[in-house]
Amino acid sequence: MKKELVSGLPKLWAHHPAERLECPGCQYPVITRIVYDVIDELGVEGKTILINSSACGYGIVLTTSMDAMFPNHGQGIDVATGVKRLLPDCFIISFGGDGDVAAIGAGAFVNAGQRAEKYTLIMVNNGHFAMTGGQLAPTTLMGQVTTTSPEGRGPDMGYPARMPEMIATVQGVAYSARGAANTPANFLKTKKYVKKAFQKQIDNVGFSFVEFLSACPTGWHMTPQESIKWVEEKMIPALPLGEFKDVDTLD
Amino acid sequence: MGERLFVIGNEAIGWGALNAGCDAYMGYPITPQNETTEWFAKEFPKRGKVFVQSQSEVGSINIVFGAASTGHRVMTSTSGPGWGLMQEGMSHLANGELPCVISLVQRGGPGAGTTRHGQMDYLSATRGGGQGGYKNIVLTPASVQETHDFVQLAFYLADKYLNPVIVMTDGLLGQMAEPLELRNLDFDPLPEKDWAVRGRENHPDGVRRVVTAMQGLMPTPPHPPYTGFLDLLKVLNEKYETMKESEVRYETYLIEDADLIIVAYGYTARVSKESIKTARKEGLKVGMIRLQAVWPFPYEIITEMASKGPRFLVVEDSLGQLIEDVRIGVQGKTDMHLLGALARHDPSDGGMILPDSVLNEIYRLMK
Ligand SMILES: Cc1ncc(C[n+]2csc(CCOP(=O)(O)OP(=O)(O)O)c2C)c(N)n1
Ligand code: SF4
Repeated sequence: MKKELVSGLPKLWAHHPAERLECPGCQYPVITRIVYDVIDELGVEGKTILINSSACGYGIVLTTSMDAMFPNHGQGIDVATGVKRLLPDCFIISFGGDGDVAAIGAGAFVNAGQRAEKYTLIMVNNGHFAMTGGQLAPTTLMGQVTTTSPEGRGPDMGYPARMPEMIATVQGVAYSARGAANTPANFLKTKKYVKKAFQKQIDNVGFSFVEFLSACPTGWHMTPQESIKWVEEKMIPALPLGEFKDVDTLD
Repeated sequence: MGERLFVIGNEAIGWGALNAGCDAYMGYPITPQNETTEWFAKEFPKRGKVFVQSQSEVGSINIVFGAASTGHRVMTSTSGPGWGLMQEGMSHLANGELPCVISLVQRGGPGAGTTRHGQMDYLSATRGGGQGGYKNIVLTPASVQETHDFVQLAFYLADKYLNPVIVMTDGLLGQMAEPLELRNLDFDPLPEKDWAVRGRENHPDGVRRVVTAMQGLMPTPPHPPYTGFLDLLKVLNEKYETMKESEVRYETYLIEDADLIIVAYGYTARVSKESIKTARKEGLKVGMIRLQAVWPFPYEIITEMASKGPRFLVVEDSLGQLIEDVRIGVQGKTDMHLLGALARHDPSDGGMILPDSVLNEIYRLMK
C-alpha cells in the first residue's frame, strides 16, 4: 500500500509546531504543510522561492529554510511575476490570503493569468480579513457576519467572489482548482490539486492557481470543531470544491 | 569615442540602461514618456532581456520589487498619475533596501494635469512621497547625453546604497532630440549581491535568503535582518546621512561675480542659461547653480553664495516647490524670487517658461 503522510512533520518544516504563531485550530498551517510536502515530493526545495503576502499565513516563510519573500498585503502576485521573469529556472510559489488576492490584488491576479505568468498562486480563503480584525472580504458568504457587515452580508454588498471559476476563463491559465482540508479525504484531494498546479509550473505551461477553504476559529468566534463544520456546511456548498481548468497547452 | 546617435531623451533612458547592464524593464504606458516603454519593448527581448508591460504602475513597481530581489539590475519609468500610483511601492523598496532605477518624466499637474512637460513632482520625488519617510537620490539631467549618463550613474548609486534612485526629467527633455554618444562610464567596484533570493541551492553557503518589505516588523529566521524597528531606523538613517554627505551634485555657471544667481534644474536650467548669456552681453552679472541632483540638495553652496550678497531667482515650471529647498539654503540672508509656472508663455498645455520670460524677470530685478 502506498503511504501518505497524514501526521508527523513534513521534512521542510524547520521548527516545532508549538512555535507557530497562528491560533489553535487555524488551518493556515495545514495548507503550509501541504505546500511543503509537495515541494519535497517534487524535489524542488533548493530552487524554490516562497513569496507570502497573506497576513495570518506568514508562518509559511518563517517555518522553513527555503528562500523566501514577504512583500506587503496585495503585492505577492506582482512580486512573484518579477522574481519568475528574472529567474525562470526557479520554482516560485506566491501564497496569499483572500483579501490579498480577491480584493487588493485582484487586478494583479487577472493580469498575471492573462500574461500567462509561469508560477503558482495559492489563495487561502478564510472568508474575511483575519489579521485586521475580521472585516468583509470579496469571498465573504451571503449572510456572514463580519465587523464591516454586522448584520450579515446582504445583496447590497454583492456576492461571494469565485476566484478559481473566474480565472479558469482566462486563456493564459493552465490550472485552477478549489480545495479544503475539513476531512482527511479532502486534505489528500487538495494535495493532489497542489501537486498538479506545481507540475504545470515545472512544465512551463502557464499560470496555475489553487484556492483553499480555510477555517479561522478565532475570527469566526467558534471552537476549532465548529469552524470545520462551518467549512463543510456553509463554505463548500457556496464555493464548490474541484478543478475548473487543467490544460497542457494554452493554444 | 562611442557610437553616436540622434535620439530623444526618452530613448536615451533606454540606451543608458543598456549600457548600465540593466536586465529587466517593467512599465505601463503614459505620456509624455511612452517612447521609453516602447524602446524597451523593441530592444530588450531581442537581447534576451526581460520586458513586462504591467497592468498598472502599482503593478510596475511591485514587479520591480520582485525582480530587484533577485539581484538583477531593473528599472521602470512613468509620469504624473503613474508616479502617484507608485508611491506605496517606492516605500517598500526603501524598506526592503532593494536597488532599482525609476525614470520620472514630469508632466503638468495636479490630477491628470497635462500630457506635456512640467516640473511639478519635485516635492513628491524628493520628500519620499509614499508612507513612512524614506529618502532616495533624485538625479536631474538637462540634456539627452546627461540623461543617458545619469541613468548609468543611477544604477551604480542604487547598488551602492541598496536603495531606489530616481532619474527625473520632464516632457521637454524626454521629447527633445539631441546627439548622443553611447559610452560606458567607469564606477568604483560594487560588492556582490549576496543578499538576493536565488533558491537555496544557488547560495554558496547553503543558507537561505529572505527579502521583505517588512524589515523591522517581522523577524525572518534564520536571517533576522534587523532585530527590531529601531535597529532598522538606525541603519536607514546612517545610509541617508551618507548619501547627503557624498552625493550632492550641481554645476555652477558664472556665479563668482554674480549679482543675481538663478537656481534651476532640467529644462528650465537650459532655458535660463540662454537668458544668462544675453544678460551678460548687456553687462548684467547673472549666474546659475544648475542642480544635477535635487536630493540630496546642495544647501551649502546656496548658503555660501547667499551670504555673499547676490539675490536669488528660482526658475521652475511649477507653483513653487524647488524654492522651498532654496529658501532653506538662503537662510534669510538675501532676497529670493520665483519665476514659476504662472510665467508660461501660453495658457495651453504647451505653454513653457521661455528665455524671454526669464530675461524679463532678470531685467525687472536688476534694472
Ligand atoms: C496597502 C495596504 N492596505 C491595507 C493593509 C492592512 N492589511 C493588512 S492584512 C489585511 C487583510 C488581510 O486579509 P487576507 O489577505 O485575507 O489575509 P488573512 O488576514 O485572512 O490571513 C489588510 C487589509 C496593508 N498592510 N496594506
Ligand atoms: S485569526 Fe484566523 S486566520 Fe488568523 S491565525 Fe487566527 S485562526 Fe488563523
